Amino acid sequence: MQAFTHHTGTALPLRRANVDTDQIIPAVYLKRITRTGFEDGLFAAWRNDPDFVLNGPEHEGVSILVAGPDFGTGSSREHAVWALKDYGFKAVISPRFADIFRGNAGKQGLLAAQVDDDVVERLWQIVEADSSTAVTVDLEEQRVRAGDLDTSFTIDAYTRWRLLNGLDDIAITLTHDAEISSYEGNRAPYKPVTR
Amino acid sequence: MNNEKPRTLAEKLWENHLVRQAEGEPDLLYIDLHLVHEVTSPQAFEGLRVEGRTVRRPDLTLATEDHNIPTIDVDQPIADPVSRAQVQALRDNCAEFGIRLHSLGDIEQGIVHVVGPQLGLTQPGMTVVCGDSHTSTHGAFGALAFGIGTSEVEHVLASQTLPQARPKTMAVTVQGLLPEGVTSKDLVLALIAQEGTGGGQGYVVEYRGEAIEALSMEARMTICNMSIEWGAKAGLIAPDDTTFSYLEGRDHAPRGEQWDAAVAAWRDLVTDEGATFDKEVVVDASSLSPFVTWGTNPGQGVALSGAVPPPDSYPDGPARAGAERALEYMGLTAGTQMRDIAVDTVFLGSCTNGRIEDLRAAAQVIDGRHVAPTVQMLVVPGSTRVRLQAEQEGLDQVFVAAGAQWRGAGCSMCLGMNPDQLGPAERSASTSNRNFEGRQGKGGRTHLVSPVVAAATAVTGHLSAPADLPAVTTGA
Repeated sequence: MQAFTHHTGTALPLRRANVDTDQIIPAVYLKRITRTGFEDGLFAAWRNDPDFVLNGPEHEGVSILVAGPDFGTGSSREHAVWALKDYGFKAVISPRFADIFRGNAGKQGLLAAQVDDDVVERLWQIVEADSSTAVTVDLEEQRVRAGDLDTSFTIDAYTRWRLLNGLDDIAITLTHDAEISSYEGNRAPYKPVTR
Repeated sequence: MNNEKPRTLAEKLWENHLVRQAEGEPDLLYIDLHLVHEVTSPQAFEGLRVEGRTVRRPDLTLATEDHNIPTIDVDQPIADPVSRAQVQALRDNCAEFGIRLHSLGDIEQGIVHVVGPQLGLTQPGMTVVCGDSHTSTHGAFGALAFGIGTSEVEHVLASQTLPQARPKTMAVTVQGLLPEGVTSKDLVLALIAQEGTGGGQGYVVEYRGEAIEALSMEARMTICNMSIEWGAKAGLIAPDDTTFSYLEGRDHAPRGEQWDAAVAAWRDLVTDEGATFDKEVVVDASSLSPFVTWGTNPGQGVALSGAVPPPDSYPDGPARAGAERALEYMGLTAGTQMRDIAVDTVFLGSCTNGRIEDLRAAAQVIDGRHVAPTVQMLVVPGSTRVRLQAEQEGLDQVFVAAGAQWRGAGCSMCLGMNPDQLGPAERSASTSNRNFEGRQGKGGRTHLVSPVVAAATAVTGHLSAPADLPAVTTGA
């Protein structure tokens, strides 16, 4: 995984709450067996509407998504994160993320930055007033900056450390092989096996 | 033992699976059972191959085909080439890594969350994960069970463990008993409407109280299944004699002395007297009635006897804007009586309500009656075993005689990625778990309901409870 320290880009103001992963990528787009190429599925149903914010020419090249609370609820599909990344998003800012989505984002180097509701409202106003405003998410300083806004965001310390260092979870876990084997040696004998 | 701090069931399960605990790191949990399906696994297996890794415990892993498969002509090759390729990838991956797979046409094939419990693989005190958010279903056995993403699927395949931040604990105490005609689906829909789709965020929820204890295992699974719909990490119910008698004799349940040892250990899997939860919610079961959704998230629900709520009954801000948007998407007007809403399709099935008891309950309602001419009804058993059991009991004949379609096992119309889909603006009453925009097919409109409401709705053509139906006249 590539390390994430900070990112500056333009932002998409998505004035919606409860953006579930079926909206981020409808199920019909989940059939690929590769890890890339999911950008076409991103918000596919909503993008049929010419007035949908992502279709605005002023938002071409956006890389930061600013959404309402409960972003990424519903299905566990990591394809939602892949679709956002494949489209070019580096960070999502929301007052509240669904657990599984936040976990998936952290594994894939997509920054899920949690801020208060009023910060999201401010960001929406700033970007709606001028879509070319440079928005910065700084993971080292744990701050979001846009225009005269400069505020902190929340992310758990472990995910932050992994993102800053671009570390692969599995490699970290496999260094604890002795502990895993030791645990396995003490499992109750009545626990089932699948064969 | 006696001077130990009282613990909740969730805390016991967590602590029993700790492989490693270190300051500043998430806990490393051991995973007892890893369930796999075709949609969220191909990239995980690919990741293993790229890194030259193996599956650590294929003997704790089970795969089945459920999400993208058809439920008719299941003996034919899958018509959609992309779906076929995804299923073939699962078959190749399971063969390569030595994982037991139940393919389309196999007697043990079915929805992953129906198959695990049915085989007796889901047992109290276990950790169960799957690349599917409805893994919470297995919590009904007193197992810590939760959905994971594909990177985590790869992690479990490689290490049989998962790093996890410790969740908070919540008790949902359901007092009193559910009235006649009110099911566990109504209970959980009412709970989600009360607490909101984010209400369970960050918590492992333990459902307890008189009403929960009175439920069958299958009804308990319906409640735990929907835990994710209000954002919970997992849902749990303490195992009891109902759990043990469901399990005893199943293929993978312990036998003989092992059974006795297991039951003795399982009896300790309860929240200790005096243990404290981070949050407590109380629901009065006795005041509940059949409950359905009107909107586009599972929290947008109302009693069947009620009406579509006006958006200004929601607080100003995202909730109200969401309600306005939902009304528009659903093609509904505030104030419309729920019973006046006509549907085109009734879907009975899914990991929420596709088990034998669900089919029995619906069949009992529909027996001797007929599906309305304006309605198509799909009956999709949750597994091939459920299908065969239903056929043995003659339930298929009841559904077919009523004009419903009797299908093969799979996720079917719960999610629009197989041939069973709603068309644009088509409206369904569905026993599944999600009424999101486009969930059952692009432009489709979903009302979540219980199996008996689904059956009654199929008969009348508009949202109905069995009590609304005229008595069946039997021939003289």
